[in-house]
Order: sequence, then C-alpha cells, then structure tokens
Amino acid sequence: MATTTTTVPSAGPVAGLRSFLFRLREGDEIARMITFLFAASVVLVTLLLVFVLWQGSVLPRHKFGFNFFHTSVWDPIFDQFGALPFIYGTLVTSAVSLFVAVPLGIGAAIFLAELAPARVSDTLEFFIDLLAAVPSVIYGVLGVFIVVPLMRSYIQPALQNTLGFLPLFKGPAYGIGFLTAGLVLAIMVIPYIISVSREVLLAVPRDQREAALSLGSTRWESTWQVVVPFARPGILGSIFLALARALGETMAVTMVIGNTPIISASLFSPGYSIAAVIANELTEATSNLHYQSLIELGLALFLLTFILNGLARLLIVATSQRGRAMGHT
Amino acid sequence: MSPGLRWRKFVSGFMLTMTGLCALVSVSVLFLILGYLVYHGGTSISWNFFTKLPAPVGESGGGMANAIVGSGKLLLLATLFGVPVGFLGAIYLAEFSGGTTAFVVRYAADLLNGVPSIVIGMFAYSLAVLPFKHFSTLAGGFALGLMMIPITLRSTEEFLRSVPNALREASMALGASKWKTITSVIVPAAYRGILTAILLAFARVAGETAPLLFTALGNSFWSPGWHQPTASLPVMIFTYAIAPYDDWHRQAWAAGLVLLGLILVINIVARAILSRGMAVPRS
Repeated sequence: MATTTTTVPSAGPVAGLRSFLFRLREGDEIARMITFLFAASVVLVTLLLVFVLWQGSVLPRHKFGFNFFHTSVWDPIFDQFGALPFIYGTLVTSAVSLFVAVPLGIGAAIFLAELAPARVSDTLEFFIDLLAAVPSVIYGVLGVFIVVPLMRSYIQPALQNTLGFLPLFKGPAYGIGFLTAGLVLAIMVIPYIISVSREVLLAVPRDQREAALSLGSTRWESTWQVVVPFARPGILGSIFLALARALGETMAVTMVIGNTPIISASLFSPGYSIAAVIANELTEATSNLHYQSLIELGLALFLLTFILNGLARLLIVATSQRGRAMGHT
Repeated sequence: MSPGLRWRKFVSGFMLTMTGLCALVSVSVLFLILGYLVYHGGTSISWNFFTKLPAPVGESGGGMANAIVGSGKLLLLATLFGVPVGFLGAIYLAEFSGGTTAFVVRYAADLLNGVPSIVIGMFAYSLAVLPFKHFSTLAGGFALGLMMIPITLRSTEEFLRSVPNALREASMALGASKWKTITSVIVPAAYRGILTAILLAFARVAGETAPLLFTALGNSFWSPGWHQPTASLPVMIFTYAIAPYDDWHRQAWAAGLVLLGLILVINIVARAILSRGMAVPRS
C-alpha cells in the first residue's frame, strides 16, 4: 500500500471533503454505498410486500368491508366472498396443535435444560434442530399415508368411545379434518417450542436454582416454582412463535384438512384453512374479486403472523436479558 | 422421612420422568419420519427415478429426472439472488451502519423471515408471474431467493459481529482501509460461520413447496431455458401424494426420501463445518 497521506484530517469542510476523497480512493465509500444499497433493498422488498398485499385487496375491502371476516358464504360463481370458514379452520387447527405441542414441548425443554447432562442435551437438541428442518410437504406425505389411516381406524373411534358425549368428538371418523391437521401441525411446531424454551431456561441464573434447593425444595419444586416462572415470558414467546408458524403453515394442512369450507364444532369434521384456500384457488381465481379476496386473506395472515412474531421476539429478548442482568449481580 | 417429604420426592421423581418422556417422544418423531421414508421410499428408488421423465397415468415406471433438474435450477437462481443480497447487506449492518439504519434493516429482515411462505408465493406471483402472463423458472427462483435473504442476512451479520474487535483495530493500525480490512481480515475470519449460514438457508428453501405452487407451477416434461414452468421435487411430492394412484404414491415416497436425505445431509454438514471450530475464538 503506497499511502502518502499520513496527516490526521482536522475539522472543517475542506478537511471533511479531503477525508471523504481519501476514503473514496481507498474504496471505502464505494463499498459503503454498495452494501448500503443491498441492505436498503431488504427494507424496500418488505415495504413492497405490504404495498402489494394492500393494493391487491382493494376490491373486497370496499365491497365487503368487515363482513368479509364474519360471513361464511364463499361463492366464486356469484362473486360472494366471506372468509369465516377459513378463519375458523385456521384458528381451530392452531388451537389443537398448541394444546398438544405446548405441554410436550415445555416438558422436553425442561428435561433438556434442567436434567440432561450437557452432552446428552446438545445431542438431543441437534436432533430437534434436524426435525425443524424437515420440510412441510414431507409432514404432509406422512400425514396422508400414516396419520390419516391411523386416525380413521384407531384414534378417532377410541376418542368417540370414551369422550363421545362431547360435541368435539361427534360425527363419522373420516380420518381427515381439524383434529388430524392439528396433530400434524403439533408435530411440526414442537421443535420451535423446545429450542426457544430450552434457550431461555438455560439463561436462568444458576443461583435461582441453588437458592430454591438450599431452602429444601425438591428438584422438581425448584424447577417448577422458581426456574419456570423466571423464564415464563420467554416460554410464552416460544409459544407465540409456534402459533405464528401454525397459522401460516400451508402444505401439510392442505393435504390432511379435507379442503371443505365447513364450520363444525366437531373436530372430526373436514374443514379448510386460510393458507389452504390460497394454495388451492389463487391460480384458478375466476374473477378479479375472487383473486383479490384471496389476497386479502393473505394480508390477514401476514398481519397476524407479524404481530405474533413481534410479541414473541420482545418476550424472548426481555427474558434472556433479565437472566443475564441478574446473573452478573 | 415424613410422609409429606416422601410424597414430595415421589412427585419430583414422577414429574422429572415425565419431562424425560416428553423429550423422548419429541426426538423419536425424527426417527419415525426417517424410518417411514426409508421403508416406503427405499423400495421405490431405482436408477429410473433419477433418469426418466414421469410416466403417464396408468403406466408404471418412470422417474422424476425433470423435477430433480428443475429443483436444481430453482435453487441455483435462489442462491444467486438471495445470497449476495443477504451477504452484502450483512456487511453493511455489521461494519458500516449506525444505530437507526441497522435497526430498520434488521427489523425488516425479521419481518420478512416471519412471513408465511404461502404469502411469499403470492407476492412473487403478482410481481413475477402476472405481469409476464406465464409461470416460469425465474419466478420460482425469485420466490425462493426472497426467502433466503433474511436468513442469510441475520446469521451472517451475527458471525461478522462475533469477530473480535482487536482484529479490526490491528488491521486498521497497519494502515489498511476499512474495505481492505473487511475483505482480507473480517470475512476470512468468519467464513466458517458464513458458509454455515448460507448452507442452512439453502436447506431451508430446498424443501419449500408453497411459494412454488404459483410461480414455477409444475411440468410433466423437461423445461428448457428459464422462461417456462418447471417441475420441482417438493411440488411433485405434493401432487403425487394427493393423487389417487398407487404408483404415484410410491414415487412420492421415493421423492420424499431423496429430498429429506439431501436436506438432512446439508444440515449436518453445515453444523459440522461450524463445530470444527470458529477460525477465531469468540471474544
């Protein structure tokens, strides 16, 4: 490097310009501008995404207003669009998935963070990470060929015989439907709950545990009454994260939910979800209004996941910072 | 030991065993998935699967050669589009930017990362399919590339930041410009991490199906060039699995095994690269 300028630039506009030219020659300013363009493009793409969704759903917003979300006639032939069955399906399947995934996921996270030796915990976490990498269409294949027959011939009849008096478990056992979609979703979101919960549990300062144990609590009491409450916001965050995943999940749900716009109290009934109806109808939309109604559903999905992801991140960051802050004092 | 204490100890032991059981059940799902895929898919994989076009309905045999090539082309495009944007954006965030800009970019990337893949597909459909009035490999690559950007950006930034400041200062003290420092000191120091980040982003989009439904669509034949709809493994798995033909189901299992095998291998390799030690110890 043959740099001749060795003086430190002093204050003033001329010196500022000279320093700018110096950095320009060295390539710094150019590099800064180029990388800035790429970083800015990420922001632009995100804004464009919101714009396209908003602009693309003008017609149904004007025509149906808020009715779009609480009427249940979806009729492309008469250009009548109400999204309630899809919203209902998305919410019910997500609720079922959380009902199963939350206890299992938190239990597993407690084991990994509190009980398992570091080596075992890391190995199991590695498998959990791999599980999170399995693509959703593979879950769909297993859902169609393994879970659906299993539900039809064993699980749904068994539920009917024991809990059949509840409206949740009435009706014929098709195998497909809300319950099956919810279970497949549960399997898909468990890795997210485990990974994040384990992380926040590990961030709980050690002296919290030691204090509880030294006061005479058992291992479980120290875990459940001290460590878990300490990490509660972060665990809640992991659940929100999982919920956001479940709401937007497309392929696996489309393959096992039955794709029939029905609102039914029975979990055995086939249904439909927002993501599934978009996947099935977007390229075959018959009219502009139909197409834009699907875009509006996408916008709704986007806003929901946006809010949930934001809340989740806040909670997780707050918890791990609290752990770090207390760990240092 | 008082009965109360005995009860508490019993509860403790019982609940802790239950948590172990939860972990066992969760992890065993991975092996169940692998087991089923190997069992059903292993018998359907043959040389034909990799070399032949899909057979017409009713004829047995045939393969998914066009889908394998199609997936390769889509992923190549996605990498060419997503990785440079993510990588250079990350350099800006880690090395050049001040507080506010970095916050906005990071926020946008996280937002983009959380967008359901079906919505990404919709977005790509209205930007890259509707204006041109035809489905294409390019549109599919664009959709997948969009998904790669935030993943590459955020993890690359993290790995760049984990390079100790002492290295930056040492390089500057030797008179190197900032750009020189970045290209010859910081990026080489973090290259394992960056490579891992790119591989993981690649593996993540390799299995994406929803964004391809509206962009690359599908194709039963070869798709020459970049402007025609193309078959891809994930979409092929989807269409074959929900079709009513046994022969197609077997093909779907085989394709699933190939796809999952590829994704798991990339994941394992990526983690192995990282765990062989960062070139630079974290400060």
